[in-house]
Amino acid sequence: MYIYDNYDKQMLQDRIVQFRDQTRRFLAGELTSEQFLPLRLQNGLYIQRLAPMLRVAIPYGCLSSRQLRKLASIARDYDKGYAHFSTRQNIQYNWPVLEQVPDLLAELAEVEMHAIQTSGNCIRNTTTDQFAGVAVDEIEDSRPWCEIIRQWSSFHPEFAYLPRKFKIAVCGTPNDQAATQVHDIGLYIKKNDKGEIGFQVLVGGGLGRTPVIGATICEFLPWQHLLTYLDAIMRVYNRFGRRDNKYKARIKILVKEIGVDAFRDKVEAEWLHDKDGPATLTHEEVARCRVFFTDPDYQDLDDIDQAIEDAAASDLLFSHWLERNVALHKKPGYRIVSLCLKETGVAPGDITDTQMEFVADLADKYSFGEVRVTHEQNLVLTDVRLQDLYAVYLACKKESLATPYLGLLNDIVCCPGGDFCSLANAKSIPIAESIQRRFEDFDIQKNIGEITLNISGCMNACGHHHVGNIGILGVDKKGSEFYQVTLGGSSDRDTSLGKVLGPSFAQAEMPDVIDKIINVYLENRQADESFLATYNRIGMDPYKEKVYANAD
Amino acid sequence: MPTLIKDGQVVDNPWSLLAKDVDLNTALSDESSHIVVPFALWQEHKDSLMESGKAVAVCVDSDDDPYELANDVIDLPLICLNFPVFRDGRAFSAAAILRERLNYQGEIRAIGDVLRDQLFYMKKCGINSFDLADGVKVEQALAAFNEFSTSYMSTVEEPLPLFRRR
Ligand code: HEM
Ligand code: SF4
Repeated sequence: MYIYDNYDKQMLQDRIVQFRDQTRRFLAGELTSEQFLPLRLQNGLYIQRLAPMLRVAIPYGCLSSRQLRKLASIARDYDKGYAHFSTRQNIQYNWPVLEQVPDLLAELAEVEMHAIQTSGNCIRNTTTDQFAGVAVDEIEDSRPWCEIIRQWSSFHPEFAYLPRKFKIAVCGTPNDQAATQVHDIGLYIKKNDKGEIGFQVLVGGGLGRTPVIGATICEFLPWQHLLTYLDAIMRVYNRFGRRDNKYKARIKILVKEIGVDAFRDKVEAEWLHDKDGPATLTHEEVARCRVFFTDPDYQDLDDIDQAIEDAAASDLLFSHWLERNVALHKKPGYRIVSLCLKETGVAPGDITDTQMEFVADLADKYSFGEVRVTHEQNLVLTDVRLQDLYAVYLACKKESLATPYLGLLNDIVCCPGGDFCSLANAKSIPIAESIQRRFEDFDIQKNIGEITLNISGCMNACGHHHVGNIGILGVDKKGSEFYQVTLGGSSDRDTSLGKVLGPSFAQAEMPDVIDKIINVYLENRQADESFLATYNRIGMDPYKEKVYANAD
Repeated sequence: MPTLIKDGQVVDNPWSLLAKDVDLNTALSDESSHIVVPFALWQEHKDSLMESGKAVAVCVDSDDDPYELANDVIDLPLICLNFPVFRDGRAFSAAAILRERLNYQGEIRAIGDVLRDQLFYMKKCGINSFDLADGVKVEQALAAFNEFSTSYMSTVEEPLPLFRRR
């Protein structure tokens, strides 16, 4: 984990003092709501349907157990005893009181956490693959690079009032778990023939009402130039991004309007000046940041464990969990364990204060005191010994954190929707629950296999519905809540945007609709073809026919 | 009376800011000896303005291209950057371009919706004078320039990023 030095600490303190004063001036009537708006947003504070909502950054998804305990105590002291992990490696509190937010931020700062730039038209929290540093197929650990980007983007004076929000994702593995291509800037870490590190730079990806897959503007940017190149992109966007229409203000629209080549030319022209200038990264700085992310004290262990195999043979649920939620680790004798926050009846991504404390204890006991947060709204223990898996499983089971669904149908990604969000067209949490109830049985889910199902309560797409294999979007139809279904989306290395199935459905129809879609897949799949592969082969028509068969 | 802060001091403002649609004759007959003319007028009548005997500055609006002043910076004692609304962040980039790219050494002044809470970032980008919007308190504005002890990234004010100073 990155550890703050005095510079980091001081800047965080400066920010807290600044926001305390801004809040005071707002409450005293010295700042108008309009003037206060971007200030509070850049400190993570929304005013929502029922109360303010505070979004706290979990930089590139890494948390220490100490930080997680603090998040738990904040949930208890300032909120209603729970919080929500979002699709952007952030955590959200739904019930804080504005007057108390400066105190809450001061508490967060005690554990080197904050809500800086988690909202507003600025560079947001940088996200990455939750397996960074432990993945078997990793090219390069993305975390030091994310930290470098975090520092560069924090309080950047030139880019605090962009046309619109700006999200950067970094991915260091061939298998993309960071939805890199649907970010304003996506960075794939690469190595050239000489073993030198660089970045493939994509721009203009994004979801929302105009979903776009990012386009590559640089195939291999040597690492030294990362920040100067980012500065150049940001400057072009800040100057030329549209400001006349909020819905056309994202960088993706600029790239579309002027074309990728023209955009690249502008960036390169701007970059020429800064290239090799003082912002050029140094070996020392990269080395300094890497030190925080070196391997923990792994033991030399066998990669087989008879006791675990025996436990799996006698405990069916454990064997399911082992199969789904446990991934291989770069180090023999260790495994990566995902805790799926998708218990039926609980809003996807929600977690209680006691569960957070439990996970913190578990991390201390079994995983070097670290936890990761995923954009699929789950948690990860990255360094669990193979021999400890059964103990970890049994402990999680008691806390309702052992659902063996990871990557299966019930591992639904879902935004807060109409229950919390004032922009919603429709509720999303109850839809997730009704589908989870229908597919509760593990064998059914297992038979369906890997699939992603994403739900957003409106076209802002916080639930990433465009890139779900099955996407569900809440729409407003003459004042009632309806749901549009898309098929074929994916946020993998081969990112694709889902296509609309047809007219939308009422809430009560949704489990049946999903059931029919799944049946078309099961009837048509060949061998062990995945849902997505079958869809890509047979196309939309069979699904349409089945789902709308008895319509009219 | 609007307040002008320059290099951390409250100072008098000799400059007369002319309307965006002003024509050459009106500009030249302005009673002030120091005029700030709109970008378009400057581009069209640079020579007449320079020969007028007045001190002439240019106002760059947020949709003007500061690079077009590349050959002019040497002649300009002052360039004003307009913030039509405080949320419009283009002038931050314009300031950085004037300083870093065009090596402009004169005064860069923020005008328009210049509020207390953006001053620190403006200064970091190379703006050194601030024509405060109505209602902004001077003491608060002066305090804003020191809100943060340092910055991580390379800025106009401190080109060395923190990682080269740490
Ligand atoms: C409840 C308060 C929330 C509000 C008011 C809100 C608002 C928005 C808006 C307006 C957009 C569209 C931006 C655009 O298209 O330019 C958006 C996008 C997004 N939000 Fe939220 N959101 C909220 C909560 C969440 C939550 C809880 C999550 C995670 C579960 C989330 C994750 C995202 C993501 C991933 C996007 C898509 C990013 C993109 O367009 O590239 N948001 N949000
Ligand atoms: S997708 Fe819409 S309903 Fe859901 S959280 Fe985002 S803005 Fe709210």
